Amino acid sequence: MESLLLSIRLALCVSAILFVLGMPLAYWLAQSPWRGKFLVESIVALPLVLPPTVLGFYILVAMGPRGPLGKLWQALFGHGLAFTFSGLVLASVLYSFPFAVQPLVASFESIDRKLLDASAVLGAGSLRTFYRVILPLSLPGIITALVLSFAHTIGEFGVVLMVGGNLPGITRTASIEIYDRVQSLEYVGANRLAAALLLISFTVLSSVYGMNRRLGRRIWSPWTAK
Amino acid sequence: MDSEVKAANLAARIRKERPSAGGPHFLLDVSLDISPGITILFGPSGAGKSTLLDCIAGLLSPDAGRITAGDHVLFDAGRGVNLPPPQRRIAYVFQSLALFPHMTVEQNVAYGLANLQKPQRVTRVREALEAFRIENLRRRKPAEISGGEKQRVALARSLVTLPRVLLLDEPLTGLDVELKSAIIADLRAWNAQHAIPILYVTHSREEIDALGEHVIAMHQGHILGEGIPREVLDAPKRGVLAQAAGFENLLDATVLDLRETDGVMRVRLADSACEIEVPLGHAAPADRVRVAIRAGDILLATERPNALSARNVLAGKIASLERRGTIVVARVDCGVEFVVHVTPGAERGLQLTTNKPVWLVVKTHSCHIVAD
Repeated sequence: MESLLLSIRLALCVSAILFVLGMPLAYWLAQSPWRGKFLVESIVALPLVLPPTVLGFYILVAMGPRGPLGKLWQALFGHGLAFTFSGLVLASVLYSFPFAVQPLVASFESIDRKLLDASAVLGAGSLRTFYRVILPLSLPGIITALVLSFAHTIGEFGVVLMVGGNLPGITRTASIEIYDRVQSLEYVGANRLAAALLLISFTVLSSVYGMNRRLGRRIWSPWTAK
Repeated sequence: MDSEVKAANLAARIRKERPSAGGPHFLLDVSLDISPGITILFGPSGAGKSTLLDCIAGLLSPDAGRITAGDHVLFDAGRGVNLPPPQRRIAYVFQSLALFPHMTVEQNVAYGLANLQKPQRVTRVREALEAFRIENLRRRKPAEISGGEKQRVALARSLVTLPRVLLLDEPLTGLDVELKSAIIADLRAWNAQHAIPILYVTHSREEIDALGEHVIAMHQGHILGEGIPREVLDAPKRGVLAQAAGFENLLDATVLDLRETDGVMRVRLADSACEIEVPLGHAAPADRVRVAIRAGDILLATERPNALSARNVLAGKIASLERRGTIVVARVDCGVEFVVHVTPGAERGLQLTTNKPVWLVVKTHSCHIVAD
């Protein structure tokens, strides 16, 4: 159960960080007329197509004692980043990025531009327009983004294995433990954890789909993305 | 008194080039001075009406020019002044209305009053809801009210802020005449107290007649004419305007001779033997002119009419009949095709059918000479 709690803690941290980072980036992607925007969009979407091992490999190298991230972390906190919980959070944030950013972009883009114009001519500055118009109208997208980044982080395996290793209580998440137990032929323990993960994922996804259905909007998912 | 009125005018000189898909750049180049009261901005789509309104509201920046509302300079290219939309106090009702879907009617109306203290805000909102007769819809969302009600909400939301100018971009399209007149009456009543310039974009002749005030006619980014509707639209000086103003028949013709004592001239319609008499224009024999005639100004007869004051009687036959709402559009081939509007009753009474021989009667003064 320790590993399951670790997975949940990791997923909560990652969702919170992605929410803070993803909102401004998604808003910029939805609004910016910049022609080179597609490059940023491609980078954001990369984790959807890259094998987790490739992503994990580069993150591991960057986080290593001679990598830029590792050095920076060492200078700031006095210890390395690889094979720590913080390192795991960082890697998972990168890995789950599209799952947070793409639904946000989709919901920001679906807002009628005329509503923003109307807000401006009624005297509202861009901050007030954001809080009173954009945010409430994007609520389904924001919830979708939070839930998908949570669910995706819970379920990740390859990246965690590459950068986190298998340290009980620190980097051994539920998916790693399942793999571990199967390797050592402990099918009963593996089954219990696997069933728990299945249940969590299903509950989370069905609540998002259910909510989107109630709100009458099409859910964003990587399978319906453009 | 005069200076007081003058102080509230909207004055704009605007030059704005916009790229247009696959063609030459669109150039808006206008100069206007609008007094308090309703001014109609009329023109075909693509004339630049919305671009003009966007420039006045600050949603687009002109390349050059100056925009003032009373003493307030909103834009001045020469002095580098360009107030952002929130600081202009220009109310703008879009064609789509753009009501906030997640807010109630009351919240929509209160949106522009964020800077007021609550008691003041409540009073102002209540007054605006009353002025546009929507107090009973206070707690409804935009999705739960009718089209006409939405338009009232949009007006109340814009006017509650006590703007310096009101811009209306075809706000009443899709409403029936009665509903339109009721809303316009409430708008007038509001403006009787506040006396701000209202720029009202429409291409509906019906609306222009209901509003009946000063008209500015635009085409391809330029102002073609300005004045009372009868002058600007009933005797259009240009073909493009004639077409937009609902002159269904726009015919090329050659001047045959001038009869100055009668105040008329005879013209031959292009590619035909049809000759008609039209009011005297600035033209000489053999000049090419265009004649604009409203489909509703042409009489249709099934026997050759005699003893008429109308000078133009043309023989032809019906090429097609098409029912459009409460009118029947008849296309009549007289060598040149004319579009004639008749009532369904007349269609039955005269037993009109395709290929039936008919005579068209057009009064001389129903024919207007226009330039291109």
